[in-house]
Amino acid sequence: MKIYVPMDSAAKALGAEDVVAALRAAAPEAQIVRTGSRGMIWLEPLVEVEIDGVRHGFGSTEPSDVAGILDGTSAKALGPVEELDWMKRQTRLTFARVGVVDPLSLADYQAHGGLAGLRRALAMTGQEIVDEVKASGLRGRGGAGFPTGIKWQTVHDAEAPQKYIVCNADEGDSATFADRMVMEGDPFTLIEGMTIAGIGVGATKGYVYLRSEYSDAIAVMTRAVEIARAEGLLGADVLGSGRAFDMEIRKGAGAYVCGEETSLLNSLEGKRGVVRAKPPLPALEGFLGRPTVVNNVISLATVPVIFEKGAQAYADFGLGRSRGTVTLQIAGNVARGGLFETAFGISLGDVVNDLGGGTLSGRPVKAVQVGGPLGAYMPVSKFDTPLGYEEFDAAGGLIGHAGLTVFDDTTDMLGMARFAMEFCAVESCGKCTPCRIGAVRGVETIDRIAQGDADALPLLADLCDTMKDGSLCALGGFTPFPVMSAVTHFPDDFARLKEAAE
Amino acid sequence: MAQPATAIDVDEIARIIDAHTYLEGPLLPMLHALQEAFGYIPEQAHAPICYALNITRAELHGVITFYHDFREKPAGRHVLKICRAEACQSVGAAAMADALLAKLGLDWHGTTANGAVTIEPVYCLGLCACAPAAMVDDRVVGRVDAAKLDKLLAEAGA
Repeated sequence: MKIYVPMDSAAKALGAEDVVAALRAAAPEAQIVRTGSRGMIWLEPLVEVEIDGVRHGFGSTEPSDVAGILDGTSAKALGPVEELDWMKRQTRLTFARVGVVDPLSLADYQAHGGLAGLRRALAMTGQEIVDEVKASGLRGRGGAGFPTGIKWQTVHDAEAPQKYIVCNADEGDSATFADRMVMEGDPFTLIEGMTIAGIGVGATKGYVYLRSEYSDAIAVMTRAVEIARAEGLLGADVLGSGRAFDMEIRKGAGAYVCGEETSLLNSLEGKRGVVRAKPPLPALEGFLGRPTVVNNVISLATVPVIFEKGAQAYADFGLGRSRGTVTLQIAGNVARGGLFETAFGISLGDVVNDLGGGTLSGRPVKAVQVGGPLGAYMPVSKFDTPLGYEEFDAAGGLIGHAGLTVFDDTTDMLGMARFAMEFCAVESCGKCTPCRIGAVRGVETIDRIAQGDADALPLLADLCDTMKDGSLCALGGFTPFPVMSAVTHFPDDFARLKEAAE
Repeated sequence: MAQPATAIDVDEIARIIDAHTYLEGPLLPMLHALQEAFGYIPEQAHAPICYALNITRAELHGVITFYHDFREKPAGRHVLKICRAEACQSVGAAAMADALLAKLGLDWHGTTANGAVTIEPVYCLGLCACAPAAMVDDRVVGRVDAAKLDKLLAEAGA
């Protein structure tokens, strides 16, 4: 008997280890394979039992369900996992293997299409590799949406004795867990993507800057790099090609701002994670002053499938200038939270109501914050906005890394605006005055609004303009998005208190 | 990483520093390793780090104090991190954390009187679809409520 149980940290957080212990005790002869998560977090721990080559799921399992799972009488049976609506409606390219394979089996990885992309890339010149990425239309999945191929071209063209590939795995935004899931569930795809990037631009060394909060992901990635090195995927002679690429996993130290690429580079160098002014671009003067590709986990983890299936096959998905797939992360007060990979273009309302099933509390949705702590609060009236970089920009928001946090009608939006400023004050690196001082003043100003001070609201708007215009990075520059979207779309939460005071 | 304060062994400090100096950008891995060994960054390590990396004490102090992870004093035997970020707030994490801190008579970063548990805020554990989230040392917990918190604290000896 073959049983699959995720070792993804969301599954662990919901009791997967206890379920595995119960399975081992009840069926010592069964082969238990630990996988990543399928992304249906509301069904975790999701146990899958293979029957005639088809994997049958059992959702939200507890140790007491084990007997029923083993004898086939469990009321938690979901049927074949691949046939579930959530799975059938997805286009899983980047996440094709996550939840399916044993994350630390290179044989399993190759049996599911792994390394085909790298093998193809090894037969290409650097310029051909860069052109392939350009043709795919891939844009940075970390939030900014910068075309990945253009960045690679800059590093490719730079002359230097040493170049670097740095993977930004400092996934600190609330409502994001796609990076974590891919690192825990399919680490070799990230290693393969970074290797292709290295071969493409002429970099022989890579670093994954991984946040310290993700101890499970650190353990899996570290082990995967060791395996890749032992199997000749990394090292002086990548897959016998005569070309060199190796990488290291580096642990962050709990600073949110290090998700910004220039502070990440400073941190990687062992300095305070203070933002650098651009130019010079990291592509020309990055890690240790050398040309450096800094890409997000999902961007790099998507590279192998682009090379496996071809740039055009990837670009055929999407909407307008947003090509390929988007990895939606549905989170917060939502009935069915998790990861859903689909072509760009799905509407916000469909994501929240159709996929997510509305709120967990059963109350009406009040707002959805899209793109993490620096993203705008979108009201229900904007639910017809399609998920696309330009489309969200036009609606006054940003898609960011496509993390969505759902809030129900009990949420106090003034409180959320205050938290955005408080968070910015805690996490500001201190370089830009509008961010360092402005965030503190922002908290005070919102407190004045809460106390019914009518003069404070225009002051807050003015402060937000200053922060937007006067900050080097997105922390100070984008904190006004959640703050001002809360003020604009939910004026009652800011005015009601004023009336109460009068 | 929560560990009891260990007697400071200067040879151990020297070994840890030595094991990391060859890296590109060695300081953060070095500080993590020291904290792993001692539970915090002992002051006795400051001068040898500065000497090994040719940086000033001010630069080192700047780095240690910039990052939330690094401690200059030992924490409790266990560290309970409670997520304060938006997704956790959307399902009541703020009220839950406030109630816990009030019950323990602590503020954020405080340690229970018996030295068992330090309570820290964390901004996202990547468990946003099974919020509220918490972490005890390296173990993650999802869908946390007051009862689960009580159980975690009891296990940690608070």
